[in-house]
Amino acid sequence: MSTIKLLKLAHARSGDKGDTANVGLIALKPEYYPILVEQVTAQRVKDHFKGICLGEVERFEVPNLGALNFLLHQSLDGGGTLSLKTDAQGKTYSSALLRMEVDVDESVAREFES
Amino acid sequence: MSRTIKIANGQGFWGDSLHAPIEQVRRGPIDYLTLDYLAEITMSIMQKQRARDPRSGYARDFVAMIEEILPDIIERNIKVVANAGGVNPEACRDGVADVARRRGFAGKVKIGIVSGDDIMNRLDDFIARGVELKNSETGEPLASIRSRVQSANVYFGGRHIAEALDKGAQVVIAGRVTDTGLTLGPMVHEFGWKSDDWDRLAAGTIAGHTIECGAQCTGGNCLIDWETIPNLADIGYPVVEANADGSFVVTKHKGTGGRISVASVKEQLLYEMGDPHEYITPDCVADFTTIHLTQEGSDRVRFSGIKGKPATDLFKVSVSYSAGWKAIGSLVYAWPDAYRKAKLADRVLRERLDRLGLKFDKILTEFVGADACHGQLSGPPSEDIAEVTFRIGVRSGDKRAVEQFTREIAPLVLNGPPTVTGFAGGRPKVEEIIAYWPALIPKSEVSADISVIEA
Repeated sequence: MSTIKLLKLAHARSGDKGDTANVGLIALKPEYYPILVEQVTAQRVKDHFKGICLGEVERFEVPNLGALNFLLHQSLDGGGTLSLKTDAQGKTYSSALLRMEVDVDESVAREFES
Repeated sequence: MSRTIKIANGQGFWGDSLHAPIEQVRRGPIDYLTLDYLAEITMSIMQKQRARDPRSGYARDFVAMIEEILPDIIERNIKVVANAGGVNPEACRDGVADVARRRGFAGKVKIGIVSGDDIMNRLDDFIARGVELKNSETGEPLASIRSRVQSANVYFGGRHIAEALDKGAQVVIAGRVTDTGLTLGPMVHEFGWKSDDWDRLAAGTIAGHTIECGAQCTGGNCLIDWETIPNLADIGYPVVEANADGSFVVTKHKGTGGRISVASVKEQLLYEMGDPHEYITPDCVADFTTIHLTQEGSDRVRFSGIKGKPATDLFKVSVSYSAGWKAIGSLVYAWPDAYRKAKLADRVLRERLDRLGLKFDKILTEFVGADACHGQLSGPPSEDIAEVTFRIGVRSGDKRAVEQFTREIAPLVLNGPPTVTGFAGGRPKVEEIIAYWPALIPKSEVSADISVIEA
């Protein structure tokens, strides 16, 4: 097994609904989707966003898009116009999630050797 | 015989490119141009404008844009659907009618309005009758902020847009309608979809969601392969080619920049997504887990297989209310030790605010260049970092405290840590916070007013 960043396996987009941020995480290849489902759990995302996400994390599977959708509650300092944050809409939480590290088989890790 | 109709989006939000709608009309074939002009905060600004001048309170940009494209849309019979009416769709319609007459098109264009969404004057009646308009996030009743409410609107749907088109309108001006309804409406009108044809209504809704943010589905703000997306300077806005069976293709005009791929479309589908099984609109509940995407050609993605469920018996309500004051200021600290200098500035400033006895609901410090976007996930900044922006914001119900805060930043240039700059903009602005209160209301409490006139 090797450890690599999610950035290698997925792309993402994030947005807001009030004080909740959503992060959509999309597998770059269909064979990566099961890795995301198995390892990028709601609890791991909650731990990853420690200090940013003060509420619960919900996870939804969207297998037809090879994607997971996360709702990060209480993550935007009140959200919208209340928020004092640079990223009041959580637009950059997409790439923040891609910093997470996951374990992959050597065969997958070798795809990224150059 | 059923045909394919082309529905273009030319405006993804209030403040989007002013050229996009014109390009959508002139650079390729379309049947409909849809435009989203309203953000949550927009309605409260428009309420204030109307209070000062009863002929205002709508998106004036829209009238100027219509003036520009009027000859094109009349010659080619392109229909325009926009939520530009704000809190005064009648005045917006009169503005468009004036322009049409002035440009010699009297009697040649029918303008429809969808109103009745503005429930500002009915709030006390609702509350008295036990319609609490509870905050969907916190559960608090609206009564707790009633005196501070600045606007209140129901979100109508695609069906209401379709009704205006059915009555012969070429230009439809709505107040609050869902962004997705702007795209669904023309499909319901053209294809005669029934109000319980949940699968097709869901398909039209998902088409709307895909294009409602303009270029965000054609390569804008697109993370995957972002560096190879061609010609962002001339990015094409999206066009939906819709069929009566609910299948559709998302594409853009030939010769424009950007990229439409299955991957770029997936990013937009997940944008601002809640539960993907239940995307709730006034028209239906769409299930995003049923979408089947196929790359049909260069910059063409086909959608099929979409399923929907019955609509709920509630409308969403958007209330805006005054929630205090805020200000945000910043200073830039340069190498060496830029981060440590910025941190010292933060400590010094906070101590001074304490000494002045100023109380805030919230003080937030970020160090741009080190942690502003990703917090502790960024790790410690490089010792050698070239510069760091110290950015500090405060929020309070006490406007005077916020004003005093704005006077305490610039002095740090002379009486704080060294190698500091970036204060040329002067004192930060004190802004009123207009917060957003989401709620639900039974559909039976509200009805839309739909009318059409000839310019």
